[in-house]
Amino acid sequence: MTATTSLRPAQTRAGTAYRVTGLGVLRSEWAKFWSLRSSWITLGISLLLLIAIGLVAASRYSPQLASEQGKHHLIPVGGNAVAIALAGITLAQLATGVLGVLFTAGEYSTGMIRSTLTAVPTRLPVLWSKIAVFGVTALVLGTAGAVVAFLGGEHFLAGQRIALTLSSSGVLRCLAAAGGYLSLVAVIGMALGALARSVAGGITALIGGLTLLPLLANLLPANWADDVSPYLPGNAGDAMFALTRDSSTLSPGAGLAVFAGWAALLLALAAWRLARTDA
Amino acid sequence: MIEVRELVKRYGAKTAVDGLDFTVRPGTVTGFLGPNGAGKSTTMRVIVGLDAPDSGSATVNGRRYREHRAPLREVGVLLEARSIHPGRTARSHLRGLALTHGIPARRVDEVIGLAGLSAVAHKRAGEFSLGMGQRLGIAAALLGDPETIMLDEPVNGLDPEGVRWVRTLLTGLAAEGRTVFVSSHLMSEMAQTATSLIIVGGGRLLADTTVAEFTRAAAGATVQVSSADPARLRDLLARPGVTVSGAPGSDELQVTGATARQVGQLAADHAIALYELRTRSESLEQAFMALTGDSVEYRARSTA
Repeated sequence: MTATTSLRPAQTRAGTAYRVTGLGVLRSEWAKFWSLRSSWITLGISLLLLIAIGLVAASRYSPQLASEQGKHHLIPVGGNAVAIALAGITLAQLATGVLGVLFTAGEYSTGMIRSTLTAVPTRLPVLWSKIAVFGVTALVLGTAGAVVAFLGGEHFLAGQRIALTLSSSGVLRCLAAAGGYLSLVAVIGMALGALARSVAGGITALIGGLTLLPLLANLLPANWADDVSPYLPGNAGDAMFALTRDSSTLSPGAGLAVFAGWAALLLALAAWRLARTDA
Repeated sequence: MIEVRELVKRYGAKTAVDGLDFTVRPGTVTGFLGPNGAGKSTTMRVIVGLDAPDSGSATVNGRRYREHRAPLREVGVLLEARSIHPGRTARSHLRGLALTHGIPARRVDEVIGLAGLSAVAHKRAGEFSLGMGQRLGIAAALLGDPETIMLDEPVNGLDPEGVRWVRTLLTGLAAEGRTVFVSSHLMSEMAQTATSLIIVGGGRLLADTTVAEFTRAAAGATVQVSSADPARLRDLLARPGVTVSGAPGSDELQVTGATARQVGQLAADHAIALYELRTRSESLEQAFMALTGDSVEYRARSTA
């Protein structure tokens, strides 16, 4: 027998005032982000890479190794205590950026975008909410991960000439900037995912832009490369969290401005595509 | 109430919707019928603002969909293409949509119960069968307690029990005074659920009618007559609106546009002996095929 369930909700129509609000969309994207297993796994991997590689780099540090020039190591063994603590950021940024791509492009590859945009037909609040949710998450977790990697490394570096503490000049600034860098990588990943509308396309663009572009710049004539290279996204980003700078890199403030500029440009393109083209 | 006016939608060189114009009224189930590729899904995508029309308009309750402050409250939609992230549980999926509108968790559980998904509410949608996926899509459509419900091929993949559930649900919603708009490519399915019918083919409107009217037209569509002088009878029958066909040398004629009564009277008036006179009924499916088949032929000729 079919139960004669009323199709109306328990509350009467007159009593309800459903409405799309900016806060509602933000809460929705927050819930959507954390209700996917892939978010937890990828964030976990990103944090693990950041902290574990930082600790391994600190534990393997020795002044002799550091002074060997011209030898390439997967994990840097020289430099200052901050550079050692942040040795994992190169790999952590890829996991973070990929999760950014998944968060936006995944909507298209699964068809979820149709549900999302029928709930929020003005569209742009969805993009801003995604940026806020994952941008802030990446900032907080990235900064925390950098601090943990640094504090853990302190134990191994104690007594060495390069040892620093949190209160040393510039250290906190660098660790916070590392979180800011990961946050902007997350934003770039989300923007690329929304532009490509394909997970594979978004990830390719992300890796190409962050890691291949600086390598390609080396193929330019030397005097051009010196002019262009510091402004490429990967290099400008690296300048954000560097404790020391040389003549070939931007200052931390300029690095932040350039890298944030790249993120803003891609985000503007993504917003334009979302608002103007058929879903 | 859904109003579609002079709607045109092109994808590159292909015109998917070509000047569609119709109104879907509250209180009845309106079937949206047409062969695959007739432009049904495109029309529905335009109605909810996923695609922008090239010209013309589609409004829901007097406004364009995106202008509503609570769109889920105005229209609940199930699209043909899957619109669910397989990694989320049924409940998380609905909760994500509900939060945008401030719809309480209580309502989420209510529609889960309504769709018969309580047992699998915490299962990930990727593990769902086609039928369960359809039920989840319908649950999402009901979430905002909308005045208009629009479902694209809702019985796809449902078992007989599910099909009956959808039919009961749709007629129930219409009886509550809501606007119910359901697409299908099967006439037989529509005949059992819908009252009004909008038939499209090749992106154009072929008929804006009711199931009762369509059934009446299909029944008694053709009169078959055998007579002593088919050639003369043929001439006598010739008038606008009547078509007569018959194989040369055969006693038999097929007449459309005239009733058996009229044909019999005409033969008697002119003293033509009849050997057989009968009305042939078409099945609804045949009548539908004849209607949409013509549209395809017409299109082919017009583009040649």
